[in-house]
Amino acid sequence: MTPAEIRDEILDILEDISPDEDLDGLKDDVPFRDQLELDSMDFLDIVMELRKRYRVQIPEEDYGALASMGSTVEYLEPKMRDIVKS
Amino acid sequence: MTESNASDHYDTIIIGAGMSGLAAGIRLAHFDQRVCILERHYTIGGLNSFYRMGGRDYDVGLHAMTNFAKRGDKKGPLAKLIRQLRFRWDDFKLAEQIGSSIRFPGVSLDFTNDIELLETEIEQRFPGQIDGFRSLCDSLLDYSDMDGGDQRFMRSAREVMAEHISEPLLIEMLLCPLMWYGNARENDMDFGQFCIMFRACYLEGFGRPFKGVRMILKNLVRKFRGLGGELKLRSGVAKIHVDNGRAVGVVLDDGTELTGTRILSSAGNVETMRMCDDITEVDVARAGKLSFIESISVLDRMPQSFGFDRTIVFYNDSESFHWSRPEHSLCDARTGVICSPNNYIYDGDEGELPDGVVRITTLANHDRWCALPDDKYQAEKVRQYEAAVASSVRFMPDFRRYVVDTDVFTPKTIRRFTWHDNGAVYGAPQKQLDGTTHLPNVFLCGTDQGFVGIVGAIVSGISMANRHCLQVQ
Ligand SMILES: Cc1cc2nc3c(=O)[nH]c(=O)nc-3n(C[C@H](O)[C@H](O)[C@H](O)COP(=O)(O)OP(=O)(O)OC[C@H]3O[C@@H](n4cnc5c(N)ncnc54)[C@H](O)[C@@H]3O)c2cc1C
Repeated sequence: MTPAEIRDEILDILEDISPDEDLDGLKDDVPFRDQLELDSMDFLDIVMELRKRYRVQIPEEDYGALASMGSTVEYLEPKMRDIVKS
Repeated sequence: MTESNASDHYDTIIIGAGMSGLAAGIRLAHFDQRVCILERHYTIGGLNSFYRMGGRDYDVGLHAMTNFAKRGDKKGPLAKLIRQLRFRWDDFKLAEQIGSSIRFPGVSLDFTNDIELLETEIEQRFPGQIDGFRSLCDSLLDYSDMDGGDQRFMRSAREVMAEHISEPLLIEMLLCPLMWYGNARENDMDFGQFCIMFRACYLEGFGRPFKGVRMILKNLVRKFRGLGGELKLRSGVAKIHVDNGRAVGVVLDDGTELTGTRILSSAGNVETMRMCDDITEVDVARAGKLSFIESISVLDRMPQSFGFDRTIVFYNDSESFHWSRPEHSLCDARTGVICSPNNYIYDGDEGELPDGVVRITTLANHDRWCALPDDKYQAEKVRQYEAAVASSVRFMPDFRRYVVDTDVFTPKTIRRFTWHDNGAVYGAPQKQLDGTTHLPNVFLCGTDQGFVGIVGAIVSGISMANRHCLQVQ
């Protein structure tokens, strides 16, 4: 997957977790927390959705990398590079 | 237990298809677990089910869903559960209450889903107390402090309230709805539970889906099945089989055996312990004692047509509010909850409910109801219905001449359909907030874990599933 595809995938997960949220104006360099009402339960859900969909494992000590869209895509790129977008 | 083949093996076995079990099931099935919900009754819902009688639909327990949130609200338990279960706001589509009242002799406080009204009411009726009320609001624990770790959780709510409010009557009045809607402890309340209920009732408020509890349950069960979850009705768990200090599976009432990696039970703490075959005696004294009788009246007109527009009235007929099991009588109608499901602000396109309805809940003694021989039991249902209604009409317009149909259920009914000891509605006073048991792979959810009410039970199912069944993988 390309970084752009990974970004789409994260958007899809966010859309799934929070269908009533407007994600159109989401800024990549601003923490999710400052733009969306996500709490720790929701962050755990992003991790679990990635595991469910792509078998990507994210160890707990790396959760900090998921702070914003930009940092998330950067962190996931090496892990998802070889996954073919379905 | 015989070796089962892999196709009978579940990642998680859930006991009970009430709100908490169904919510937990959705979380686990969503994350690809093989999960089975076992329910002893022939239908889902547990303490908040629904039934049809004489051509009419009835809810067992839904007066109001607490924790109201508007479309687009992102904070609070309701928004959280909608996200966690991947619902949309419209799946619940709650209509807001018109307004509720706390009525004591000679004084009444109205409240809505906007705390400002309650503040104004307190300012008018108890002018010296408004600052105390505001400082009490400021001292409330947050939902995030609710895992029991906070030292203040177990404090006496009455004690904390008295630090802020000096008028005893106001303390009694504020406690009345909160105890009615979620306190398993007699006479006093844990401060943590007080904070949960204060937020749920006064800060967030009441709502109801037009179609009542069946709408919520049908959504839950449809989602669960859609994710591949298995639901087995008429499948009571007789025994949890323990081997080498771990649960390995369950034996159903009909002898069927199922194995599971872990078990999540909403049957209650004492009730679950009793199923474990490594335990010979359970401490039944730990079960809750508070149970109710529900007196439902179907009317030939809408309550607003005779001047009753309240969604809920919490009444008490003296200056002190008694929250305990009636020891020497079947029922105690000195305090009660009056609810009219008609008095919500439903959407124009939903129209009106088919009938006017008034529901009254009063305290009742399970053991006394169960000790009655059958003919006496039937006669007492009629008598106690009349007593509850007679008590309530002191606090609302008399509606007795409009009644066209009635139904009554008692602690015995509640016990018979939910298997909770004593027909206890809010479970044991001592909660097991972390959901653990003496076995490393058996966990509790629902009433006895800590959160009660419809929203509370759903949140409990979600958080126990997350904590004990998903994160460990
Ligand atoms: C009269 C009344 C009015 C209420 N009013 C309101 C209200 O207005 N608003 C509100 O929010 N809440 C209300 N409640 C409370 C609310 O209904 C409960 O707090 C909530 O439904 C509890 O859900 P639960 O999943 O924890 O437990 P339960 O619903 O009790 O679920 C447990 C399930 O386990 C099943 N079970 C038990 N033992 C076994 C076994 N051995 N094997 C298999 N299955 C078993 C039971 O049959 C049951 O279905 C009311 C309750 C009552 C009784």
